[in-house]
Amino acid sequence: MVEQLISIFLKSVFIENLALSFFLGMCTYIAVSKQVETSTGLGIAVIVVQTITVPVNNLLYTYVLKGGALAWAGLPDVNLTFLGLVVYIGVIAAIVQILEMALDKFMPALYNALGIFLPLITVNCAILGGSLFMVERNYNFAESVVYGVGSGTGWAMAIIALAGIREKMKYSNVPDGLRGLGITFVTVGLIAMAFMLFSGIQL
Amino acid sequence: MKFLRNFLDNQEKHFLEGGKLKSLYPLYELTDTFLFTSGNVTKTGSHIRDALDLKRMMITVVYALIPAIAMALYNTGLQANLALQKLGLTVVEGWRGSLLQLLGAGVDPTSILDNVLHGALYFLPIYLLTVIAGGVWEVVFAVVRKHEVNEGFLVTSILFPLILPPDIPWWQVIVGISFGVIIGKEIFGGVGMNILNPALTGRAFLYFAYPAAISGDTAWVAVDGFSRATPLAEFADPALQVSVSVKDAFIGFIPGSMGETSALACLIGAFILIVTKIGSWRIMLSLLLGMVATASLFNFIGSDTNAMFQVTPLWHFVLGGFAFGAIFMATDPVSASMTSQGQWFYGVLIGALTVLVRVINPAYPEGIMLAILFGNVFAPIIDKVFINKNIKRRMLRNV
Repeated sequence: MVEQLISIFLKSVFIENLALSFFLGMCTYIAVSKQVETSTGLGIAVIVVQTITVPVNNLLYTYVLKGGALAWAGLPDVNLTFLGLVVYIGVIAAIVQILEMALDKFMPALYNALGIFLPLITVNCAILGGSLFMVERNYNFAESVVYGVGSGTGWAMAIIALAGIREKMKYSNVPDGLRGLGITFVTVGLIAMAFMLFSGIQL
Repeated sequence: MKFLRNFLDNQEKHFLEGGKLKSLYPLYELTDTFLFTSGNVTKTGSHIRDALDLKRMMITVVYALIPAIAMALYNTGLQANLALQKLGLTVVEGWRGSLLQLLGAGVDPTSILDNVLHGALYFLPIYLLTVIAGGVWEVVFAVVRKHEVNEGFLVTSILFPLILPPDIPWWQVIVGISFGVIIGKEIFGGVGMNILNPALTGRAFLYFAYPAAISGDTAWVAVDGFSRATPLAEFADPALQVSVSVKDAFIGFIPGSMGETSALACLIGAFILIVTKIGSWRIMLSLLLGMVATASLFNFIGSDTNAMFQVTPLWHFVLGGFAFGAIFMATDPVSASMTSQGQWFYGVLIGALTVLVRVINPAYPEGIMLAILFGNVFAPIIDKVFINKNIKRRMLRNV
């Protein structure tokens, strides 16, 4: 059991990295990676939100949405999986809102540090992707917690690495046509190539 | 010498502003600084002047690579001649055979000259193609972007053939070095501004784009129809017998990429790099430490199903590209960590990942290439952490 959880964690951080092997959450990944400090903030926010939303969606899926999940309410024939996408997005948006308010009230320092990134996460496809992968792979509750932490960590690591490189690239002399987004995409490609290091590891 | 200097000075006016060949100025500048030391010195502000400029630095790396090149020539020929002997052949097919006959050389694996000549017929074409293809791109970018052609490519063009298998198709050499030079270096602005090692970028690109030609059993010995696995693959596969001794692997008489087989030649290079302070001894040492620690850990854990768990640190060192990568690739001053504390961390990371991939990743028998690229990706952030730590410490001291 523990071994399985460790394997899910390592897999989601390195081998199936949300940003670098599925290219999810690209909009924020590329837009908010100019500085290491801000991207660290965003990375932490993603870890927190991912760690909460994936297990919550897991509970909803297991006890409400899955075919036959409503047996406890006396409705064994109901299958609500078609509501999945709507429910997951709603849950993510709601949790981000609640988290924002809670942080504002109890941890103003962290709230200020995260600033705009917290609301931004609502529309980050890495978060939704995490929930969808959890459903597709039939994780149980413990596994979904670990997967949430791991996939968030992987994404955070990827964005911090990219931000470090982009800060260093301030001294590069990139051709005019490639400045900005163009060179960033090329860089992301190169980082993804380096991350191929882990592809193929069987855990 | 004086004549040459005068000749160059006389030609200079054609390449300067207003001359007819001014768009080709980088070519003139390339020839001039290749033959003579650059005439430009800083004039304002306070600078420390040192004889160690980029040119001397790169030339020193080339000197350090000479043992590896010599072993590449000898061992490529040796492996090919041994294979011929095993197949019972005495004549090499194709143009290489005719050329060898013309030179009066045979294919005797005990004769040093035969081996070197045969090896040279594989190494030199690949090297020339690398220089020409990569050089053309360098000049194109220099002309269009109006910067100078830099000595950095001199080292890249030697490193790149050394990490290729001898049997690689020539068009792949051209594709690989083009990718390495353009995507790995030039679009970031040229020498000193890249984030990944250009030679390794090209090699990794080839590896993922044409895996059949650059891995497997037939790529490593330069004789058609002869297959022999690299020793690393022999260790990984329980069905294969390990066919080399530690001593052979250390000196380099094993199949593999051309320049990487000999740990001995790499160590001579390491000595030159460390004495001249061109390469960072911290990176080399920490890579070694990371490798020894991780390999020992795997030895300690052990495994019934995976034979790679039992490979000792000594074998990890002499096999594959570990020594070559640790000494010549990971220490690339542009893409490696710059801070001295960061270099320790960077080296240990690469060393540990190399062993990790070799042992538990069945997709790749060798891990040093991608481990170094991975280290390159994280080098800026490692530096940043240590620089911030330093800033904090100094601020505390002065408050």
